[in-house]
Amino acid sequence: MINLITIKNYVVPQTVEEAYGYLTSNKASTIFGGGAFIRMGSKNISTAIDLSKCGLNNITESDDSIEIGAMVTFGDLESSTILKNHFNNLLAISVKDIVGIQMRNIVTVGGTVYSRYGFSDFITALMVLDAKVKLHKGGLVPIELFITDGSKEKDILEYITIKKDNRRASFKSMRNSKGDYAILNIAVSKKENMCIAVGARPGRAILAKKTMEYINENGINLDNLEEALDVLTEEVKFGSNSRGSSQYREKICRTLIKRALKEADCLEA
Amino acid sequence: MKTVNSSISKLDGMSLVTGKAAYTDDFAPKDALIVKVLRSPHAFARIKKIDTTIAEKVPGVACIFTHKNVIRKPFTRAGQCYPELSPYDKFLLDEYVRHVGDDVAIIAAIDEKTATKAMKLIKVEYDVLKPVLDLREAENSNPVHPEEDIFTKLEVGFNRQKNIVAKIDFSLGDIDEALASSEIVIKRNYSTQAQAQGMMETQRTYTYLDNYGRLVVVTSTQIPFHVRRILANALDIPMSKIRVIKPRIGGGFGSKQTAQSEFYPALVTLETGKPAKIVYSRKEVFIGTTSRHAMTFDITIGADRKGKIKAIDMEGLWDTGAYGEHAQTTLGAAGKKVLTLYNKVDACRFNGKALYTNHVPGGALRGFGVTQGTFALESAINELAKELDIDPIKLREINMIKKGETTPLYNIVTKGAGNDPMYMDSCLLEYCVNRGKELISWNAKYPKRVISSTKVRGMGMAISQQGSGLPNIDMASATLKLNDDGFFTLLLGATDIGTGSDTILCQIAAEALNVDIDKIIVYASDTDITPFDSGAYASSTTYTTGNAVIDAAEKMKDLIISYGAKYFETVDENIAFDGSNIIRKDNNEKISLVEFSKKITYNMLFTQLVATGSFVPKKAAPPYMAGFAEVEVDLETGKVDVIDFIGVVDCGTPINPKLAKVQAEGGIVQGIGLALYEEVKYTNEGRLINNTFMEYKMPTRMDTGNIYVELADGYDETGPYGAKSIGEVVINTVAPAITEAIYNACGVRIRDLPATPEKVLLQL
Amino acid sequence: MKLNARINGIKVSLEISPDEFLVDTLRRNGYLGVKQGCDTGTCGVCTIHVDGKAVLSCVLLSAKVEGREITTIEGVQNEAKVIGKYLVDEGVDQCGYCSSGTIMSILYLEKSIANPTDEEILHYLNGNLCRCTGYTGQLRAIKKYMEGKYNENCKQ
Repeated sequence: MINLITIKNYVVPQTVEEAYGYLTSNKASTIFGGGAFIRMGSKNISTAIDLSKCGLNNITESDDSIEIGAMVTFGDLESSTILKNHFNNLLAISVKDIVGIQMRNIVTVGGTVYSRYGFSDFITALMVLDAKVKLHKGGLVPIELFITDGSKEKDILEYITIKKDNRRASFKSMRNSKGDYAILNIAVSKKENMCIAVGARPGRAILAKKTMEYINENGINLDNLEEALDVLTEEVKFGSNSRGSSQYREKICRTLIKRALKEADCLEA
Repeated sequence: MKTVNSSISKLDGMSLVTGKAAYTDDFAPKDALIVKVLRSPHAFARIKKIDTTIAEKVPGVACIFTHKNVIRKPFTRAGQCYPELSPYDKFLLDEYVRHVGDDVAIIAAIDEKTATKAMKLIKVEYDVLKPVLDLREAENSNPVHPEEDIFTKLEVGFNRQKNIVAKIDFSLGDIDEALASSEIVIKRNYSTQAQAQGMMETQRTYTYLDNYGRLVVVTSTQIPFHVRRILANALDIPMSKIRVIKPRIGGGFGSKQTAQSEFYPALVTLETGKPAKIVYSRKEVFIGTTSRHAMTFDITIGADRKGKIKAIDMEGLWDTGAYGEHAQTTLGAAGKKVLTLYNKVDACRFNGKALYTNHVPGGALRGFGVTQGTFALESAINELAKELDIDPIKLREINMIKKGETTPLYNIVTKGAGNDPMYMDSCLLEYCVNRGKELISWNAKYPKRVISSTKVRGMGMAISQQGSGLPNIDMASATLKLNDDGFFTLLLGATDIGTGSDTILCQIAAEALNVDIDKIIVYASDTDITPFDSGAYASSTTYTTGNAVIDAAEKMKDLIISYGAKYFETVDENIAFDGSNIIRKDNNEKISLVEFSKKITYNMLFTQLVATGSFVPKKAAPPYMAGFAEVEVDLETGKVDVIDFIGVVDCGTPINPKLAKVQAEGGIVQGIGLALYEEVKYTNEGRLINNTFMEYKMPTRMDTGNIYVELADGYDETGPYGAKSIGEVVINTVAPAITEAIYNACGVRIRDLPATPEKVLLQL
Repeated sequence: MKLNARINGIKVSLEISPDEFLVDTLRRNGYLGVKQGCDTGTCGVCTIHVDGKAVLSCVLLSAKVEGREITTIEGVQNEAKVIGKYLVDEGVDQCGYCSSGTIMSILYLEKSIANPTDEEILHYLNGNLCRCTGYTGQLRAIKKYMEGKYNENCKQ
């Protein structure tokens, strides 16, 4: 009943290495991203580690990849001129409906991805890209593996790197009030192969691999769309929470996927 | 001079929007002890053991209260006139806890951290009891109040053992016969949820002792005078020892019509002699205060084939939660202010029971029961139109109350009404319906328009009324004081909760005195200084307090004339006052009010002119509204978007059309929240799930669609300058109009609110 | 611990505890225009600017703004009066409690987008809840304000 956060020390390391030192020196030390969700729980933190000064605040682009620093906020994603030119603006679109701009200016990429929040819209979008998470100790880990398994030990997410492979993509979410978190979200992308992710099930986002396999084998068009969606609802497990029942999620999942496939121009004639 | 019916800006507006200190917490002393309330994690339990010894040892803790060291005296927190219709069923703290969030212990410490730390160190052993969570089973369940010392001041059908808080029964004509002779009879059930008031400023209070040893309570309340009486009773000290001051209020909507945060710091200040402060967290508001009463109605309507409604029977169950605040009155309003809309029936009957459960208590929320009753009845009328295959507007035209009409039901349900028919001479409901129909292009768009293979738009409408104050119950008063530079102080017990009532009442005073509005300064409300007012509720301030202001102004004018006569050494009849000058009629000698006020203060007569006026409504003066919705339903997700909502409101002559219109726009959006977004869910153990703004979704500005409001050009002769109320009537039509629009779009009839996408899609 | 930052252009050094939220630090130090409506970052009442960006002071730890530029409604009184006038003229001041946060969001919108469409206005203000006004009048006021500003610019 009683929500209380206590923090003994607050440190602002200048490098990730220094931050890692703080993190491993004490069991109750915690990395702070934006800290947007800390008030939701009760926690005793010995040392709060603020990564603001570790140089993780940028979105950069090289010839073949985009790198998003862990401390980049959702607000930064939304206004990024780099991201606008890739994947049909997938990443900015995925975050633009989250609560309000003031919240998005606090929430960080690293905080969200490292915490592997089930309700996250951003994670679902990342899942359909060729993205890797760079952990300070764990090195580069494919996004799907990281979202499924997390980090084996306490680590620091430094940045996310995404391959610029010109895939087409689309993100869809269902929310009742526009100020709410998603009841369900999905993303699709297509390069050679189709990629489909489903999140806020309400569990963590997953890839619909059997469906992807089905589509990659058979192609996808209006004739076999329903069959593909049957494969999807067969393989993806939906749950119930205060935002919606599993039955409802299953139904709208079909709709959202259908709409995303159309939008990303993935349906064959 | 014409200051009424003019859209002047709120006098305090600029100060509020630029962030000046104005609200309770802005003035709290920095050294105030911080008060926290330990709240129950169980829906129903008896405290077996409570141990505060470790908590008390935390340095900085000032005091801790449990049920073992506070006085035990039943009271009601409901802000109502005395004797209250709500049961005296609450204790400062009790050995039983009756809902998740009920108060267990009170902790005061030098700061928030210390208080919270101590709170965590209180050891409580609970004997967890089986909670009553099913409204329909409540009568046959264990009593939520096992203690025998609770009671009601008035006979309201209270039965503690059976969990009955109140019963309301009234009828007109022979319902069985009227139903039997009907060609069509429909029976339906409707339910509404326990909507949260959602005011932006949570409940908060600080207290201190003044130099006379009296308890000063500065609090965000709609009911300062009731708070003084309730506190005196609960704390068992004389009312004369308490002063209640209300600063600016960050929204009320009924949430602050029940005393809440006042008790805890008051206890602490009385115990320690030190200032104390409590600020409720948003979660505390959800679990520890009140919400709209959830209700369920069984409705039976009989009509003939042509659409003449012959009989309406409403049977309601009211979930009052753990305490009975406002249960009887909201339940009563759900019948009284709803059934009277259809005045041509042969018979009608209302049967309602308010029952205790172990949910968060029900209380006051804009609409006050009428919202729930209107949803049920107007939904049923819309369904009847479908059965009869006639346009729902046509059905209203045949059956609704019109200008100059009445029903004996008004006499039955209005306190002290007597037997003379109460004619609704100012009723413009028919105009509202016709105008709304035109504005939304009903004939072109009803019942639906297909937009695409997945999107369909549907139309719906509903009508409603409310009261304007409570006849022969709620009293208001106002004091006018002439100052020595010819300006007036207007002292009000009324509380401006954002409605702009301070400004509106100044407009009325200026009009009545025939002076410029800048000649009026207003102060509200402080129980030591301002005259009695029952408070900001029951849509009463403009109507009831407005009439009191006119009364005060008339008396002030009489005083000015009478002292003017003394000044000119003549008789009263020979004096005129035109707002600026006092004129001796026979020789046209005159003195300006400014000069006069100086003279009578400093040089002659040596007097202070003060006049107090009071008013209690004698007659029902209902405002009316017709609401029209066009919604778009996504057939593949069930998502409902409001495209247009049009409200035409008959509030008599609006004193301030601009502020009245915004009241209506705000009420409509609150109604959209009730209709579509605001879900209330409990776990099986009785814990409220939607207990933060993250889980409880009030509409955002992207959720509302286009809202358009027009005010009918009305006039009610009993109102101040023709005004009736507007604050509450504006919420009632929204939900039934929207659910009807959903039905017309896609054939899904939502009878339990809110109409979430999930409910719509799973029935498609 | 100490928080060194600039508030409304003035260098300050304030005593804070590491687990304190910025809204509390600000109010304790007299910035009473900053209000709080919830503690889950969902109502926008506590909106302020940090380094020019609109953020929620109820979920931001005070320690996190070390060395940064904080702007509260007190720091933008001239702008607040201009915008406020439009709000009051439209009658949407109402209880007033959400106004300072709303004005901070309007200022951020203005900074971010030159001539916002209705949709952009709604998008930038969606995080500011208001239970009194029904938003419609606020949109009228914001549009009139933006138009007024636009006309002002055209004249110059």
